[in-house]
Amino acid sequence: MRRPTPRPARGAARRQRGILARMRGGLSAWLTAHGRALLGSLGRLARMPLSALMTVGVLAISLALPALFLLMLQNVERLSADWDRGASLSVFLGLEVESSRVQELADEFAQRPPVQASTIIPPEQALEDFRRMAGMDEALDLLDENPLPAVIVLVPDPGLDAEALQVLGSEIEAEAEVDTVRLDLAWVERLQRISELLRRAVWLVAGLLGLTVVLVVGNTIRLAIQNRREEIVIAKLIGATDGFIRRPFLYEGLWYGLLGGLTAAALVGGVRLALAGPASELARLYQTGPILVGPGATGFGLLCLAGIALGLTGSWLAVGRHLAAIEPK
Amino acid sequence: MIRFEHVGKRYDGGFEALQDLSFELEQGELAFLTGPSGAGKSTLLRLIALLERPSRGHIRVAEIDLSRLRRRHIPYLRRRIGMIFQDHRLLHDRTVFDNVALPLIINGIADHREIARRVRAALDKVGLLGRERYYPVTLSGGEQQRVGIARAVVTRPPILLADEPTGNLDPGLSGEIMQLFVEFNRVGVTTLIASHDLELVGRLGFRRIGLCDGRLDPDVAGGVRA
Repeated sequence: MRRPTPRPARGAARRQRGILARMRGGLSAWLTAHGRALLGSLGRLARMPLSALMTVGVLAISLALPALFLLMLQNVERLSADWDRGASLSVFLGLEVESSRVQELADEFAQRPPVQASTIIPPEQALEDFRRMAGMDEALDLLDENPLPAVIVLVPDPGLDAEALQVLGSEIEAEAEVDTVRLDLAWVERLQRISELLRRAVWLVAGLLGLTVVLVVGNTIRLAIQNRREEIVIAKLIGATDGFIRRPFLYEGLWYGLLGGLTAAALVGGVRLALAGPASELARLYQTGPILVGPGATGFGLLCLAGIALGLTGSWLAVGRHLAAIEPK
Repeated sequence: MIRFEHVGKRYDGGFEALQDLSFELEQGELAFLTGPSGAGKSTLLRLIALLERPSRGHIRVAEIDLSRLRRRHIPYLRRRIGMIFQDHRLLHDRTVFDNVALPLIINGIADHREIARRVRAALDKVGLLGRERYYPVTLSGGEQQRVGIARAVVTRPPILLADEPTGNLDPGLSGEIMQLFVEFNRVGVTTLIASHDLELVGRLGFRRIGLCDGRLDPDVAGGVRA
């Protein structure tokens, strides 16, 4: 029989203190039970480091791949946003237009409401740029005179949508001295479509790899349950609740997820470091900002959280499916 | 303390392990469950700890009607029953100390010193103090059984059930083990021991509940007190 707990002799206050003390005791027992399960499951991983490492490795790769894809996508979107803002109208003037007239036209275009600024690219500079960028030195030397017209680059208001931009373009194209207007828009739109396609593909792949994490952890926990079958039977015989038996396996899944997440974060960091040199070289050539921006502390935190969530899900599935089947015989 | 009312247990396939079994064990009583192999001794013990449910009849344990006990409450019933098995059922990858401490941990006792104190007290009672750091495989059969007994009594349960606790032991060791149960019974633990060792049981002179083909054996004192 359970021994009667000593009752407070008198007074509600004293009784209340007793209840509080018991609640504190219950809380500390709860904390101890969880702490024990948490550390115990970590200890079990440490006792079989090789198989734990292999599982963690699989999880890390499965987590790192979608993280890298997402990071790539983020960078592409950031860059395309940069370019998007740079959407501009190139107004090619007729070859016969005098350079003094070019300045007047540029000022006139700049007056129009959706235009923010206008820049003139005189034919000489255009030729110089062409020579430098395209590496067509010799071919250009064959020409007697500069075949390039003057160009006025118009930068519209950043908020301007594609349609309004098109209207502005045809208005200017109607001018007698304007030869053609080129909207640097089509490729921006294409880039947006491509990045949308990429985003969907990346999330699909991320979903599949997340499922991989769940299945790998689930299978690992299933094996752990099978290996400790006898222990589970004995614990049930002695009066362990389902929660008591479930706990260490759930925490094992949590550890796998967390370790997988941390390793994945390290992998992502390593890959970024390996790509940093070529990326900054590329950025220098294209004169953009940094091309490869890392996930940052938030990204790494999310990666670990995703690992924990997926690990717990996997172990929860395994535990729910396999523990109930083990009953003392 | 333990009361069977017209209890029957029928397994899938039609085998009747127990039929119309009624008896009562008072609080603080010690009784031996005897009978040949296959008479239903193990089944009877398993019904008390709800390792199985009876097909017919009612069982009351410590004023609890087992047929009304929900599945999630079964662990709390088992915590009030110390169980001892012929094959000890120890965890072989844990030390003697950890094996005996397991029920305390399952009971949610958090204080390490309290656990250590009670484990040592239980090991002291079975005469194994000083073997805490050993692993079960390094102990003899009799010693392993004592560890099993220490584990069963460490939470001071009001009921002890033992299924052939001396089945693998020689007569001298068997006597010592049985003497341990007699001592626990002396401090008020209701004890039911299944044994086919009629000679040893007869020598100890406690109540006998005889089983034969799943029924009370009329040749033994049976459901009434001896």
